[in-house]
Amino acid sequence: MSIPDQGADAAPFPHRHLLGIAGLKPADILVLLDLADRYVDKNRAVDKKMSLLRGLTQINLFFENSTRTRTSFELAGKRLGADVINMSVATSAIKKGETLIDTAMTLNAMHPDVLVIRHPDSGAASLLSQKVSGAVINAGDGSHEHPTQALLDALTIRRRKGRLEGLTVAICGDILHSRVARSNIWLLNSMGAHVRLIAPPTLLPAAAERLGAEICTNMRDGLRDADIIMMLRLQTERMRGSFVPSKREYYRFYGLDRDKLSAARTDALVMHPGPMNRGVEIDSVIADDIHRSVIGEQVEMGVAVRMACLDLLTRHLTAGRGAA
Amino acid sequence: MSEFRRTAYVNARLLDPESGLDDFGSLLTEGRKIRALGPEIFADGTPEDALVVDCGGRCLAPGLIDMHAELGEPGAEYRETVRSAGAAAAAGGVTTIVALPNTEPVIDDPAMVEFVFRRVRAVSPVRVHQMGALTKGLRGEELAEIGLLAEAGAIAFTDAPHPVARPTVMRRALAYAGAFDALIIAHVEDPDLAADGAMNEGEMASLLGLSGNPSVAETIMVERDLRLVELTGGRWHAAQLTTAESIEALRRGKYRGLDVSAGTAPHYFTLNELAVGDYRTYAKVSPPLRDEMDRRAVVLGLQDGTIEIISSQHSPQDVESKRLPFGLASPGVIGLETLLPVSLGLYHNGHMSLLDVLAKMTINPARLLGLEQGRLAPGASADLAIFDPDTPWRIDGEKLRSKCANTAFDGLMVQGRVWRTVVGGETVFDATGEDDDNA
Repeated sequence: MSIPDQGADAAPFPHRHLLGIAGLKPADILVLLDLADRYVDKNRAVDKKMSLLRGLTQINLFFENSTRTRTSFELAGKRLGADVINMSVATSAIKKGETLIDTAMTLNAMHPDVLVIRHPDSGAASLLSQKVSGAVINAGDGSHEHPTQALLDALTIRRRKGRLEGLTVAICGDILHSRVARSNIWLLNSMGAHVRLIAPPTLLPAAAERLGAEICTNMRDGLRDADIIMMLRLQTERMRGSFVPSKREYYRFYGLDRDKLSAARTDALVMHPGPMNRGVEIDSVIADDIHRSVIGEQVEMGVAVRMACLDLLTRHLTAGRGAA
Repeated sequence: MSEFRRTAYVNARLLDPESGLDDFGSLLTEGRKIRALGPEIFADGTPEDALVVDCGGRCLAPGLIDMHAELGEPGAEYRETVRSAGAAAAAGGVTTIVALPNTEPVIDDPAMVEFVFRRVRAVSPVRVHQMGALTKGLRGEELAEIGLLAEAGAIAFTDAPHPVARPTVMRRALAYAGAFDALIIAHVEDPDLAADGAMNEGEMASLLGLSGNPSVAETIMVERDLRLVELTGGRWHAAQLTTAESIEALRRGKYRGLDVSAGTAPHYFTLNELAVGDYRTYAKVSPPLRDEMDRRAVVLGLQDGTIEIISSQHSPQDVESKRLPFGLASPGVIGLETLLPVSLGLYHNGHMSLLDVLAKMTINPARLLGLEQGRLAPGASADLAIFDPDTPWRIDGEKLRSKCANTAFDGLMVQGRVWRTVVGGETVFDATGEDDDNA
């Protein structure tokens, strides 16, 4: 059984929280990815349980519905031996700003060591981190960042392609509202990949060309010679005319089908953060193509990446422990 | 067979606004295309196998492209049909019509574009291009399927005769259409300011006791859209400009380098609000006929090129929608058949050269819409309008070929009569033998 290296040669991770990719240096990202790589093996073993975080409390505070991300964080914490509590807070009935702080203060009194937060408003994770004494992990805030998604995407790519540097990564879909896109742009640029954004102009953020990516409104042009294709989910309420005219028009021009995929490199990988709208942003056949799609693998990498994050952010508490 | 049938049009004054050609000579068509033209092409005699048409010194120009007309189909066949509009167009030297999508149902679905094309192939003597709706149902709320409509053949996108009221919708439409390089045609009128204004706001409206539609409603919409074009980079065309201020606004927009253009209609540079006279509902149009200073500004805009296009704004209205108190009557005038003679007034009054007037109805719309028609050149479509620019006649609404008679020019003396119209090498209108009692 391989054991996460806790020795003197472990590179330090000089951050109290993981609020976004934007604050990380390439070295920080490498530390996370290298450690996550080792947790992948651990997760494939029969005995997945460790006691590294024994005695520590992790609270998953979700102000937005989520199944896969919450489950992934929960599993990551449990496998590391932490006590994990899930809190789902409906947002509709509450005045968000006030409640967020109140909730934070209440939770803080219970001495959680890690707070994983998802919130529909950009900046919520950062606000929370100013009020609590434990580590905060951003599990998605509004249209701002979703750092663990970008890290798991990077790990998936690195394991398949052997590198990130020099790859052409096309991110397609609703860039405007996507925190996944923003975190990926930061991470991929920082690691030397070439990023292209493909979207109808109504789904591109203002000044998109200044985010450090190439902009394409024609999908075939954007996919040309791409090594990686990241599809984004299009929310149904955005396909009824306000941003794009209809599902069928979106699928015709921005849905990943065989024809458009043929513009990419023959060994291009297809990714999707899930959940997918089959027949809207991606053809079912491609989503299920084991030679192209790494969508299942992304989910697996998700748990490993989150374990690495929990591990690194609690090192000051667990120093000296082994993971045996 | 017809692929190779040749016709020699001799003894013609050849007018091609694209090349600036204005010279006596001949033109040879072969099948659907123009084969050759020029003063000397038949120096060795006309080809033996060609049908010879002696134009008798008349003008031979590219067939006109009318980029703004309502055809009535589907849904208003009692007012106009593809066939009747086609006949009116052919008689007016118009060889290409661009149809508005304000039909019933609205042309906001690719299947509707295909429906119109099927009808056109079956019954239309002239070419018809279809515009798609810019928003679903022309309601100004949700984007129409611009990409799919364009693939089906829609040539431009508009909510005309309705304005797009919400700036956010226009902004997204411009941005979205940009990805398809699609042209947006705007009816520029702030609907809130225009409200239920029955005619131009001013002295005349006050005297008649009619609610006024202020010219500033147009200025504000043009200014708004120009700012949005600047932000989004879309392609934008104003269906019609009618006021001095809005034309000046467009002039400044072009000076800033925006890819924008505008059209106007014959009634806006020929008539002013006085035509409303004693509550003449046939002079009710949207936007309304303006005052004399605005009319002159439209002429000036045409002269200096700020306005590139003249279209008929053909809108057939039956008697029941016009025989009403002025405020309740539907706006709209027919214009396919009178587009050329009324526009020639600009030439006869010394405002513009014959070539410059023709350019507004041939090469300019062709360039804007990306059509290969609108020019006389070897290899171009044999779409021709042969006319005598000087023949005087009096317009009589009842004798025009449209199913409706709602012309604003009833009784107007004009000069210029179409003698023959050719579409794709086929004669679709021939005035020889027509009784001339319209004169």
